[in-house]
Amino acid sequence: MALIQASDVTKNYRVGDDDVPALRGLSFEIDEGAFAAFVGPSGSGKSTLLNLIGCLDHPTSGTLRVGGTDIATLSRSAAARFRGENLGFVFQDFNLVPVLSGYENIEYPLLMVRGWSPEKRRDRVRKMIAAVDMSAHAHKRPDQLSGGQKQRIAVARALVGEPRLVLADEPTANLDHDTAYRILNLMKAMRDDFGTSFIFSTHDPKIMNEAELSFTLEDGRLQPEGAAA
Amino acid sequence: MISTLKLATRNLLRYRRRTLLTALLIMLGVTALLLFVAAAGSFKQTMVGSITDSMLGHLQIHRKGYTASIDNLPLNMSLQPGLVSKIEAALKTEPDVAAYSLRVKLGAMFSNFTENTSIRLNGIDPVAEDATVPGLRQRINEGDKSGSLVLPGSVLIPTLLARGMKVKVGDAVVLVVTNASGSVNGKTFTVGGVLDGVTGPGGRDGYIHIDDARELLRMEKPEVMEIAVRLKSIATLATAQQRLARAFDEIRNKEGKVVTELHSWADLSPFANIVRMIDLMTLFIRIMLIAIVLVSVMNVMLMAVYERIREIGTLAAIGTQPGKLMAIFLAEGLLLGLAGAAAGIAISSALVAALNISPLVFAFGREQVTLHPHLALAEVLGVLGLAVFVSGLASLQPAWRAARMDPIQALRHV
Repeated sequence: MALIQASDVTKNYRVGDDDVPALRGLSFEIDEGAFAAFVGPSGSGKSTLLNLIGCLDHPTSGTLRVGGTDIATLSRSAAARFRGENLGFVFQDFNLVPVLSGYENIEYPLLMVRGWSPEKRRDRVRKMIAAVDMSAHAHKRPDQLSGGQKQRIAVARALVGEPRLVLADEPTANLDHDTAYRILNLMKAMRDDFGTSFIFSTHDPKIMNEAELSFTLEDGRLQPEGAAA
Repeated sequence: MISTLKLATRNLLRYRRRTLLTALLIMLGVTALLLFVAAAGSFKQTMVGSITDSMLGHLQIHRKGYTASIDNLPLNMSLQPGLVSKIEAALKTEPDVAAYSLRVKLGAMFSNFTENTSIRLNGIDPVAEDATVPGLRQRINEGDKSGSLVLPGSVLIPTLLARGMKVKVGDAVVLVVTNASGSVNGKTFTVGGVLDGVTGPGGRDGYIHIDDARELLRMEKPEVMEIAVRLKSIATLATAQQRLARAFDEIRNKEGKVVTELHSWADLSPFANIVRMIDLMTLFIRIMLIAIVLVSVMNVMLMAVYERIREIGTLAAIGTQPGKLMAIFLAEGLLLGLAGAAAGIAISSALVAALNISPLVFAFGREQVTLHPHLALAEVLGVLGLAVFVSGLASLQPAWRAARMDPIQALRHV
């Protein structure tokens, strides 16, 4: 069974008295272990779609199943639990907790969300720090790290809870070209090592080419292959 | 729990100046409240101690209606010997009673052979009186403090009267009284001591031996006008008064009416109103502390939530339950209140200790009051609990707001 199954998914936002469509009847499937990208210009609906897959929002109509769960059926706290157990997030602005060190940021989901034991936590966090090659900087706070280092920590935080899927919204937008590629390669290596699926959004065609599977969005609609902007 | 507190502490330290200022405000409020409570408590204790230990006793028993006309010292409203025996029996069975003293109260004309003036007198049994109001002896500023409180044939007079009438210890004076049947009687006494005055009813009274009082009044039976009672602890006043009132309620006359009245020192002394005023002021200061903590903590926590909207969105996105998010912000507010209150307690404890090393002395009426402030553990814990509770209350709305925040809106926040 596919990891993500979307069937005629729409999402409208209420602006004043009007319904503004953000996604219009999307249907697609993404398999387990994918390294996929949603591509499109700003306002095309990439972030909205990632929010739906990330159980942060509900579709207006249609069905969206993530790991077999219809996300529309999840309550607020059930959605939080589902995210904590199945999903990891990487953000464009890294979104690390500024008062925690790199180590503590990575540890946070295990400590505050999953409630792992200290020994199990320590082993897993150390493994992730080594995997993203941040052992020398793990004790530093986010304001002492470069953009690339912050994103490595963010990738480690997303993966530390052994999620089935990591969602990354424009993960390279705030990084220079070389660092962006290094982060993408890191994500791909993590997928290979841990078997976690990755879905990221980007508006950068060069970055898009790194994806093994890409969906092009325009005005909330999926474009047929080869019709990308 | 520990990780939540650790995160809350880090977040508080993130905005050091703001945290410090808020904690400082709470600290000042707590310090002001505790210092006031300690000083006012000491003042109350000193004054109540002075009134009960040197004059009134903790409780007083009179014949019904006597206190309403106590200013006239009526001689026809005495407790008859049979009634006194019943009262004494009840007092002896009350476990909280430490001592009691029978008093004959009377008004007299005081003469130094050249001038006359009026004097209010208490005829007392020196041993019983000493046990009931042990502070009376301390009020003797001229004369023998160590012997019997008052010997037959001697009189203790208040300082103002001694000065006004220019008499001193050892001088002979004459006391003239009119008894209940209207006949006048006089007797020569020796001034045995001069007493410092104290605030309140009876604070300017003189003392003679109870046998002399009965002789002057030509009493045929050993009547009594007043029974002063000392309890083992003033803390048991209310319960002891209740029990004694029940016991005295059963002592009735032939018509079945209650014949005695029982009053606590607070019913008899106007200082009780000052005590009530002090308690009211303490309540107002407590309300001010609540307002300070509520406003300052709520302000800080609202700012904290507003400044960390994206962070809240991130934590929610990665699976933090709303309840845990709420706990993080609640813990911040509670820690802020705890830190401010703890600092306030430490400072007020230090100031109270300093005030005990060099005490504050001030005049209250004709008395010199020395304050020995004391912070009771219950009061300290109460103030600490109040500050922490109100801090939690003030953080509730901001924490709730953080927990209910839509993660998408929060992540979009710039």
